[in-house]
Amino acid sequence: MSAPTLRAEPAAAPVLRRIAAQASFETRAILRNGEQLLVTIVLPVLVLFALVRTSFIDLDTHGFSRVDFVTPGVLALAVMSTAFTSQAIATAFDRRNGVLRLMATTPLGRSGLLAGKVLGVLAVEVVQVVVICGVAVALGWRPELGALPAVVGAGLLGTAAFTALALLLAGTLRAEGVLAVANLVLVLLTVGGGVLLPAQQLAGPLSHVAVLLPSGALGEAMRGALLYGAVPPFSVVVLLAWTAALGAGAARLFRWH
Amino acid sequence: MPLSDAPAIDPAQAATASAATASPAGADHEVAVQVRGLVKRYDGRAVVDGLDLVARRGAVTAVLGPNGAGKTTTIECCEGLRSPDGGTVRVLGHDPVADARALRPRVGVMLQDGGLPTGVRALELLRHVAAMYAAPRPVDELAERLGLHGFARTTVRRLSGGQRQRVALAAAVIGRPDVVFLDEPSAGMDPQSRRAVWDLVRELRADGVAIVLTTHLMDEAADLADHVHVVDHGRVIASGSVRELTDGAGAGPSSIRVEAAAGLDLTGLRAALPGDWVVGESEAGVYTLTGAVDPAAVAAVTGWLAERGVLARSVTTGSRTLEDVFLDLTGRNLR
Repeated sequence: MSAPTLRAEPAAAPVLRRIAAQASFETRAILRNGEQLLVTIVLPVLVLFALVRTSFIDLDTHGFSRVDFVTPGVLALAVMSTAFTSQAIATAFDRRNGVLRLMATTPLGRSGLLAGKVLGVLAVEVVQVVVICGVAVALGWRPELGALPAVVGAGLLGTAAFTALALLLAGTLRAEGVLAVANLVLVLLTVGGGVLLPAQQLAGPLSHVAVLLPSGALGEAMRGALLYGAVPPFSVVVLLAWTAALGAGAARLFRWH
Repeated sequence: MPLSDAPAIDPAQAATASAATASPAGADHEVAVQVRGLVKRYDGRAVVDGLDLVARRGAVTAVLGPNGAGKTTTIECCEGLRSPDGGTVRVLGHDPVADARALRPRVGVMLQDGGLPTGVRALELLRHVAAMYAAPRPVDELAERLGLHGFARTTVRRLSGGQRQRVALAAAVIGRPDVVFLDEPSAGMDPQSRRAVWDLVRELRADGVAIVLTTHLMDEAADLADHVHVVDHGRVIASGSVRELTDGAGAGPSSIRVEAAAGLDLTGLRAALPGDWVVGESEAGVYTLTGAVDPAAVAAVTGWLAERGVLARSVTTGSRTLEDVFLDLTGRNLR
């Protein structure tokens, strides 16, 4: 038999170009989807507005102005909405519709697809941060610019943990189930997960539980960075532990079909 | 590219495969896809159970089978989307799972459910897939070929089934693949779209591409395929060119169809034909006579008509269709 001849020239685009193309594709898909915009942009801005400008919720702001005290938590909520809820839903429906399988057969491959998704999440987060910070500044927020590296670090840690959770859900449950769970979990963590308010201000046992949740840890990390100039090491440990556990779970359990 | 791991072909299998490859195109019909003894189980149940399949370059290989026969699972093993539980799969000499990186640029895939993201516009999607390749086909040329410009800016969600299928086919071939897997490519297509798809498939074949397609459409297989594998219960139960399958073992035509006045008395005809012929009026005025057709049999039929002074509207000798063969092989029961 004659051995099959393969064409000599490489047929795939360079890996960075493939990943950049996928990241841009994912970002556009999220920013163009009305429901995704609602949860990633409109919801955090509304929460920011409500907590700063109304007094439905009695806040102990530890001597900070309301906007200074609330904005870090809203940034944490924004990270959760994009890295977790939006990504879980998008990936679950892509999985159901065969998009993940189809793209995995192109030169992009599975790892390129994952890299593109993560970069897409980060790109959407940049848009969120610009919008939320713009609104917060308009409401009187005056952050320390020196806090930026710590904020970015906290954001990346939170993104890692919540993206891992998103992929774990999206790769194991039915798309409709993910839609329900991802939204419900976002609401529960927002209300009782220590994101917007410090865990110790939550009622009863929740105050002890919330600091161990990725939501509480991310909220504490953001507040630490922006209010006190340093991310608490405990929050870093909690977020890293969740990332490792959820990432390992997703790697083991994610089903492409 | 390491080619030394390309498997040797079983001589018997190679002989059947090459004898059956009807396309006279210039490509030298190297083996592009070789599946041997493939086994794939879901929850312990073997969906594919010792399946063998060969597909060659410059040829269209059709995989026919009832629902649940294991067609899609077999194709997915070839695409590297599923890992076999037994047997070997080689595509261009490579293992589709272990050597996925080497194969992805050279293999085009059209999934049965399309696999298209729904929120993007048709041509935007095609451009995105094209960006994964170093030297893709020009998007506009391919869009023209498949008539995608009419809905270029429509989101995939709003496309009809046939339009989505055409976009998915375009995505499968945009990277100039050497091997293309098409899982039910013309499902849901109108006849015009189907023609456009068939023309494109023929052009790929002329360019030396190996095309493997699954289909339920017997006319699609009959018109397009150089080689047909009929699959049932996870195995290939018949294999050959369309002609080999429909003629049986080279037996030639196997039926005579007569259109004439309705309600003719067939006693004389039965007497004139050999005893093993089956004679009947399948619908009013259409007589189907099944048996080993030879010149004497045709003469007996026309002689019988002349004797009775009946002028037939048509007398046609013919073979069983691929559909007849398929139903004979896989049974007529619904499943």
